[in-house]
This record gives sequence, C-alpha cells and structure tokens, in this order.
Amino acid sequence: MCLAIPGQVVELLDEHHHYAIVDVSGVRRKINIGLLKNQGAQVGDWVLIHVGFAMSKISEEQAAEQLRLLHMLGESEEALQEVQGYRFGEEGK
Amino acid sequence: MKYVDEFRDPELIRKTAEEIHRIVDPDAHYRIMEVCGGHTYSIYRFGLQDLLPQNIELVHGPGCPVCVLPMGRMDDGLNIARQEEVIFTAFGDVMRVPGRQGTPLELRSKGADIRMVYSPLDALKLALDHPERKVVLFSIGFETTAPSTALTLLQARELDVPNFYVFSNHVLILPAIRAILDSPDMRIDGFIGPGHVSTVIGARPYEFVAKHYNKPVVISGFEPLDLLQSILMLLKQLREGRAEVENQYHRVVTWEGNAAALQAMEEVFEVRPVFEWRGLGFISQSALKLKPEFARWDAEVHFRVEGARVADPKAAQCGDVLKGALKPHQCKLFGKECTPEHPVGALMVSSEGACAAYFNHVYVSQASGG
Repeated sequence: MCLAIPGQVVELLDEHHHYAIVDVSGVRRKINIGLLKNQGAQVGDWVLIHVGFAMSKISEEQAAEQLRLLHMLGESEEALQEVQGYRFGEEGK
Repeated sequence: MKYVDEFRDPELIRKTAEEIHRIVDPDAHYRIMEVCGGHTYSIYRFGLQDLLPQNIELVHGPGCPVCVLPMGRMDDGLNIARQEEVIFTAFGDVMRVPGRQGTPLELRSKGADIRMVYSPLDALKLALDHPERKVVLFSIGFETTAPSTALTLLQARELDVPNFYVFSNHVLILPAIRAILDSPDMRIDGFIGPGHVSTVIGARPYEFVAKHYNKPVVISGFEPLDLLQSILMLLKQLREGRAEVENQYHRVVTWEGNAAALQAMEEVFEVRPVFEWRGLGFISQSALKLKPEFARWDAEVHFRVEGARVADPKAAQCGDVLKGALKPHQCKLFGKECTPEHPVGALMVSSEGACAAYFNHVYVSQASGG
C-alpha cells in the first residue's frame, strides 16, 4: 500500500533500536523510527508510517490532511487495521 | 465528477481544472503517465479524468509492486511455502496474486503455513517466536518499502536470528521509467512522479528524465488538488518548452531524499544485473537482491531458488495494460473471467492496480447506473 499512515509519536522506546509508540487515531502501537535517525524524532512529532516504519516527519497540518485523504479514499479503516496488525511490539508468542 | 464538494478547497480545484482547460493546446494529444499505483487509485477513486480535457490521456505506470511481479516469482515463492518446516509470510496484497497453481490464500487452504503480515518486523518476530521453523518473508515493493526490509535484516543480523529468510522482490523505479522512455512504442509527454518512493530517493534522481530525455517530471501528492496541480505544472512546462523536475509534494518530499533509508538499502542490498517485470520484460539493473554478506538470510540462496519463468496467461493482456497500450476495459478478460473476486492477472489484485481501480470505481458505478 502506497498510502502512508499518519501518526503522532507519544513515547520514545529503547534508544538502540529506535522504536517509538505512536498514536494513530487513538490506536497506539510500537513502530520503528530508525529511518528518522538523521531528522531525530521527538515526542509530539507527527510521522508518516509505512509497514511498521516511520518514513518521514510531517507537520500536524499535513497529518490531518493525510487522515482526511485516507478517509476520502475509503482507506481509513484499512489503515487502522494495518496499524493494529503490527505484531512485533507484542511480548512473547 | 464525483465528490468534488468533499475535497479540500473545492473552489481551488475548480480553478485549477479551469486553468488546465485554458492552457491546453486543443490540437495536441497529451499522454501523461502517473508512475505510482497510489496515484492511479486516487485518479479513479475521485474520477479526476472527468475534470480534464478530452485530449489529456492519463497513462497508468508500473508503480504497483504486485502488478509488475512476474508469475515465475510467485511460483518460486510458493514452492518455498510448500515446504514442511516453512512459515511463509507476505503482505496482504500478495496473498491473492495467482501463481500457476493458485494464490497463497488457496495454498494456505490446502494446509501450507502461510501468514499475512503488515510489517517485515512481524516476520522477524515470528522467527524469534518459532525457532524450530524457517520463517520466510516474501518481500515486495519499491524504494518505499525496501529500506524497511533492510532495517529488518540488519536487526536479524544483530540478533543473530538463524531461521529468518527474505525472498527479495524489491524493484527500483528509475530503471522502469528509463525502460518506458527507451521503448519505441511508448510516447509519454510527461511524468507525474511518485510521492512516497520520492520521500526515500528524493526528487533529484529524476533529473535524467528531464536532461537526457527532455521530458518534464512533477513529483505529486495524492489528493485531488495535488494531482490536478501537478498536471497543470506539467502542461505549463510543455507549453513553455521546458523539461525540469518540479516538486509539487514538497511538504513531504525533499530534493535529496532520506539518507538513513538510502544507507540502510546500500548496506543490505545490491542491484541485480537484470530482473523480469511483467509487461515491461527484462530490465537491467532494476531490482535488489541481498548482498553476499547477508546470504545466510537470503531465501534464494538457502532454498536454492531456480528462477521459474512463466509466461502470462495468453488471453490476459496485462502487459499491454501495464504499458498503457490498452485501457483496462479493453482487455478481453476484463470484467468477465478476470474480476477483483477472481483475478487472472495481478493488475486486478491490488487496489492500486489499474484494472482493479478501473473495475471498482468506473465499471461498477457505470453498471449500477451510478
């Protein structure tokens, strides 16, 4: 899926692997933020998410637009499903 | 025109469409290719073609990863999936792509352990959770997705995971654009450049299209207004005799791209000498394989993949649709043997495939009188 999902960083996790918790329309999931290492992600930043990775930082306004676009395309549920589907943040089997 | 009032800035959309009508040369026929499948989807979903003058033809490009994957690669992957000790993982789009003996979903119903994942990291997690099994990720995608696969492999190396394998089908967008430009039967006047691929590679690498082929490129966002503005920018370049790379999606895409993502790809992958693309044939230097340092995690090495070559079903005209020579509904199978429920070709599988997008947003609404 080419349409990235906007989310807000709410917690930075272990420094080494560059993981963070993001909030996507109320759903919270762990994602990888290693691709942002040159830009430096902070709590409160908005990011575009693709297959469990933050691809780029965006403005809050752009995040709202992207959410609206997903909604207009009829893809917002699928996007939430994807975020809820990330399993790598879960403990154990 | 559908949904025009739902759009952000409907007034601006109308004005942009009017300006497009004003500046087109009525005697010219413009062929503009949107390279990215996300753009194809957006164009059909919003009925943007209806807003454009008749003499602007939007040609759907190769930027839909499952659409350009040759059937032989599916067969190679499914041969691995059949092995007893294997857990075969893939993104949702891949699950419904037919190989010669059916789709991953069908093979799963016959007992193979095939699981849909949303992230390459999910496949790595499965490997960690099931040390007694071999977990294979059938990875697919352009430069948007390849960095995520690369970081996942770097993590597999760091954690020394012995039972995780990647079957790489990652492809590169620039060689595909070059192949289209070099193809004698494909006249394209300008390109709507992909949005999210360009967050990774940046806008700069498209310069060869402008400099060497004298064709304009405008990197575009995905909203209706973005696409219309990009088309207008292309038309202005054409009218003024310019061929430049312009970035309409500058709120997300930079000129230089994402250095961390490019570095991760560089560390893990090397460029294959040649790779087959459905519809476009063999394109040199157009796909990524794992570097020898990562051979331990390379499914092609571990499972000794031979590289099946399978011709497309004869009646299906996927190749002609992919090259823009045929519109989706002009294929003999369209809406008959080949539907989103029962796809014969991959263009009907992915929602970003030209055939599925056309079927869902044009054909169905016409059939229902909508």
